[in-house]
Amino acid sequence: MLLRHTTDKVKERNALTVNPAKTCQPVGAMYAALGVHGCLPHSHGSQGCCSYHRTALTRHYKEPVMASTSSFTEGASVFGGQANLMTAIDNIFKIYEPEIVAVHSTCLSETIGDDLGQIVSKAYTDGKVPEGKHIIQAATPSYVGSHVTGYANMLEAFVKYFPEKTDEKKRQVNLLSGWVEPSDMRELKRIAGQMKVKSVLLPDTSDVLDTPMTGSYSMYPKGGTTVAEMVSMGDSMSTIAMGEWATKKAAIALDNKCKVPFEQIDIPVGLRATDRFIQALSKAGKVSVPEEVTAERGRLVDLITDMHQYLYGKRVAVYGDPDNILPLIEFLIDMDMKPVYIVSGTPGKAFSKKAEALLSERVPEAKFKNGPQADMFLMHQWIKEEGVDLIIGNTYGKYIARDEQTPFVRMGFPILDRQGHNYFPTVGYMGGIRIVEKILDAIMDKIDATCDEVKVELQM
Amino acid sequence: MDAFINDRQNSILTKGKDNAAIACGKASVAGSVSQRACVFCGSRVVLYPIADALHLIHGPVGCAAYTWDIRGSLSSGPQIHRLSFTTDLKEKEVVFGGEERLYKALISLIDTYKPKGAFVYATCIVGVIGDDVEAVCRRVTREKGIDVIPVMSEGFNGTKKDGYKIACGALSKLIGTDTSFEAPEHSINILGDFNLAGELWMLAEYYKKMGVNLVAAMTGDGRVDDIRKAHKAQLNVVQCSGSMIGLAKEMKEKYGIPFMKVSYFGIEDMSDALYEVAKFFKSEEMMEKARKLVTEEISKLLPQLAQYREKLEGKKAAIYVGGAFKAISLVKALRLLGMKTVVVGSQTGNVDDYNLLKDMCDDGTIICDDSNPNELSEFVKQTGADLFIGGVKERPIAYKLGLGFCDHNHERKEALAGYEGMLNFAKEVYASVCSPVWQFMK
Repeated sequence: MLLRHTTDKVKERNALTVNPAKTCQPVGAMYAALGVHGCLPHSHGSQGCCSYHRTALTRHYKEPVMASTSSFTEGASVFGGQANLMTAIDNIFKIYEPEIVAVHSTCLSETIGDDLGQIVSKAYTDGKVPEGKHIIQAATPSYVGSHVTGYANMLEAFVKYFPEKTDEKKRQVNLLSGWVEPSDMRELKRIAGQMKVKSVLLPDTSDVLDTPMTGSYSMYPKGGTTVAEMVSMGDSMSTIAMGEWATKKAAIALDNKCKVPFEQIDIPVGLRATDRFIQALSKAGKVSVPEEVTAERGRLVDLITDMHQYLYGKRVAVYGDPDNILPLIEFLIDMDMKPVYIVSGTPGKAFSKKAEALLSERVPEAKFKNGPQADMFLMHQWIKEEGVDLIIGNTYGKYIARDEQTPFVRMGFPILDRQGHNYFPTVGYMGGIRIVEKILDAIMDKIDATCDEVKVELQM
Repeated sequence: MDAFINDRQNSILTKGKDNAAIACGKASVAGSVSQRACVFCGSRVVLYPIADALHLIHGPVGCAAYTWDIRGSLSSGPQIHRLSFTTDLKEKEVVFGGEERLYKALISLIDTYKPKGAFVYATCIVGVIGDDVEAVCRRVTREKGIDVIPVMSEGFNGTKKDGYKIACGALSKLIGTDTSFEAPEHSINILGDFNLAGELWMLAEYYKKMGVNLVAAMTGDGRVDDIRKAHKAQLNVVQCSGSMIGLAKEMKEKYGIPFMKVSYFGIEDMSDALYEVAKFFKSEEMMEKARKLVTEEISKLLPQLAQYREKLEGKKAAIYVGGAFKAISLVKALRLLGMKTVVVGSQTGNVDDYNLLKDMCDDGTIICDDSNPNELSEFVKQTGADLFIGGVKERPIAYKLGLGFCDHNHERKEALAGYEGMLNFAKEVYASVCSPVWQFMK
C-alpha cells in the first residue's frame, strides 16, 4: 500500500503539507495566458519553474506547451532580474515572434524585489517592444494563494491592459471563465451560441490545447482570444464572470476600467449552476431561453431520475479548486448524494461560508477544509475514519482510491492518467450528463466487479 | 540558421560542415524556450529513488507539487519517496524566515514515517530569505538520531548538472558511515541507474549470475543503509555519467575505489558493461559466466530483433535527451535496428560527449546542446526524421509533426536497459514509427 503510513487519527499539523491539493501561482498564470491568441507566456525566474509548469500542463493536456524563461542565475538573484528580462524580451520578439508576451513572476523574483511593472515599462520606453506587439505582466508569487490565484492574476492583467471603452456600445457579452478544460471553453461558446448571445470568452484555450493532428506544428495555434476581441470587451453590455476565485478580480478591474457591469456566478457545473449561467446569459443578452437548451436540461434531469436509486445517499469525497468543486458539491446534493469530505488547498475565507451554506441542512455531517494543511493526507485520514462510496478529484486521488478500494472519478487539474477531459466538457447540462455518466460507471463497475455472484444483475 | 537565437549558433553544429567545438554547459539564453530544468530538479531526480528516506522540500508548494511521484523509479520495499512533503512556505516565512517551520515539519515527519534518513531540499527563495537549513538539519540529526542531510539546491544556482553534483555531495555524506560492514569479494556499487521500470533489478540479476555482489545501488531502489556501506565495494560501475561521475571520482580519491563508465542501452554497450567488470576482477570464471550469459541473451534476442529491423531499416531518428552519454548508446542501439541518427542533442552534455558523438555520427548529422522546440522542429524538418527520442516536453511536438516517438526519459513504461530492454526498445520504436495512425494525418 502506497499510503500505508496514513493513520486515521487526525493530528494537528501547522508546519507541514503532505501530498498537496494545490500547486503554485505561475502555472495558473501560464495556463490563462495560453488562452490568448498569439501569446507566449514568460516565466520570470529560474528555468526550472518554466520547465515544471510546461511539463505539468503537457502531462495534463497532452499538447506542446510553449513558454520562455528569464533563466535566472546567481547574478540575477543578487543584482535583480531586470537585465535578464530585458535580454529575454529582445530574444523573444526576434525569434518567437509572439503578438503578446505575458510575463509572470515567481517566488524568487518576488523575494529579491523585482518590480515587473517597472521593468516592463522600461522595456517599452527603451523601444524593445515592436510596433503592434504587447507585453503584459502579473505578479504571481508562489508563496501566496495557489495555482488558481495565478490564473486570476493573469486574467486581471489581460483585462487591465486590453479592453477599451469607445462611444459605441457593442451588443455582446463578456464571458470570463474560471480554470476549466479547453472542451469546457468550447462548450461555453456553444451554449452562448445556442442562446443567440454574441460573446467574447476570455481566456479561451480551445483550439490551443486540444489542437487537431495535421502533421505540422504551430507555436501559436489558431485558438485563443484575440487582441481585437479583448479590446472590444470594453464596449460590451456586461460581463458574466464564472468562478469567484479565478475571475472576480478581473471582472472588477474591467468594471472599473470600462464601466462594464458584471454578474459573478459559479462555473456552470451541474444542474443549478448551469441554470444560473443560462439565466445570466438570458438577462445579459436580453434573450429568452430557446427550447433546445430547455431540452438539454430535461435530459439531464431525466437521467438523474432514472438512476436515482444508484446515486441516493452515496457518500462522496471531493477535492479540487473552489470554483470547480463548490458547484459540483451543489450538484451532488441535488442528486441526493452526500458530499461528506471536501478539501481544497486553495485559501479563501469565502470557501467555508459557501460550503457551510450548501451542506449544513442536507449533509450536516460533512467535513470541509481549505487553505493550509487542507491536503490529500487529511482527506485520506478522514476517509480512513469512515469510508466513502466515491472519490472525485484529480489524478492524485488514485492512491487513496486504490488503498481504500473506492470508486474514483477524475475531475480537475491535473489529470495525468486518463483521457477524455480534453474532449468532453463537464460544464453545462450536457457536461452534467457526462458527470453523471462517469459517477454511475464508477459506482456500477464496482458493484459488478465485487458483488456476490448470485446478485450480479444484467439490468441496472 | 538565421531563425535561431544568435548566441545559440555555437551550440549547434552539423557534422562534416562545422569543425569548431560545440559550446555547452552554459546557462540558457534568457528568453529561450529551453527544455532544461534547474539545480533543484537535478538534485531531486538523483536522490528521489532512495525509497526509505524522507524527502522534504523546503519552499513554497510548487517545487514539491511538480516533483510528487515524478519518475517511475520502482522500489522493492518502502514507498516513502513517492509521497510529497513540503513546508509550503507563505508570505509570513518569506518575511520572518522559515527555520522554525522546517524544524517542526521535520520532527513531525520523522515521528510519523520513521525514515532511515532525511534529505531536505532548499529551493530558490530559501537562501534569499536567509534560512540556515544546515543548522536546522544538524539540530534534528542530534535530537532524532537519524541523518538529516541538507541538499542546498536553490534553483538559480547553476544548471541541472550542478544539481546532480549537489545530490552527489549529499550521498557522500552518507557513504562510509557504516564502519562495521565488510563486503564479500567481487562487490560493486551501481551508480547512475534509477530503476525506471525495474531496470536495476535486471542489471543486478545479470551481475549476480556472473558472481558479482551488489553493495549499493545509487540510487535506483536505493536504501540509506546500503549507501552507508558503499565505501566497502571494490568497484563503482557508473552509468549516466552526467549525474554520478563526480561521486565516483570522489570515492576513488577518498576510499581508493576505482570506477568504470558503462552504459546498459543496446547490445554492445550492455555486453561491455558485463565483460569490463569481469576483466576488472581478473576472474576467468566470471568472464566465462559473462560470456555464457551474453551468448544466451543475444541468441535469444537477435532473431526477435530481426523482424523489427526489417521494418525499420533506413529510417531516420532524432535524439534529444537529458544526458549526452545516453545519446551515445542510443545512436548505437538505433544502428542495430538499421536506423540512422540525423539529429542528436542533450540538455547537459559536455565537450567530450559531443566529440564522441561527432566521431560516431555520419556527415550531415546535426549535433546540438540545450536546444529549444523551434530548433528541434526545424532540425526534424530539415533532416526528414521518422522518429524522435526524448522526454515529456518533446513528445507532443514530435506527434504534431507526424513523427514516431520513444520516451527515453522518466516516463518510460517499459525497461529499456539490458537485453530485454533492447527488445522493448525495438518494439516501441517499431510500434510508433510504423503505426497505422500516420496515414490519417492529412
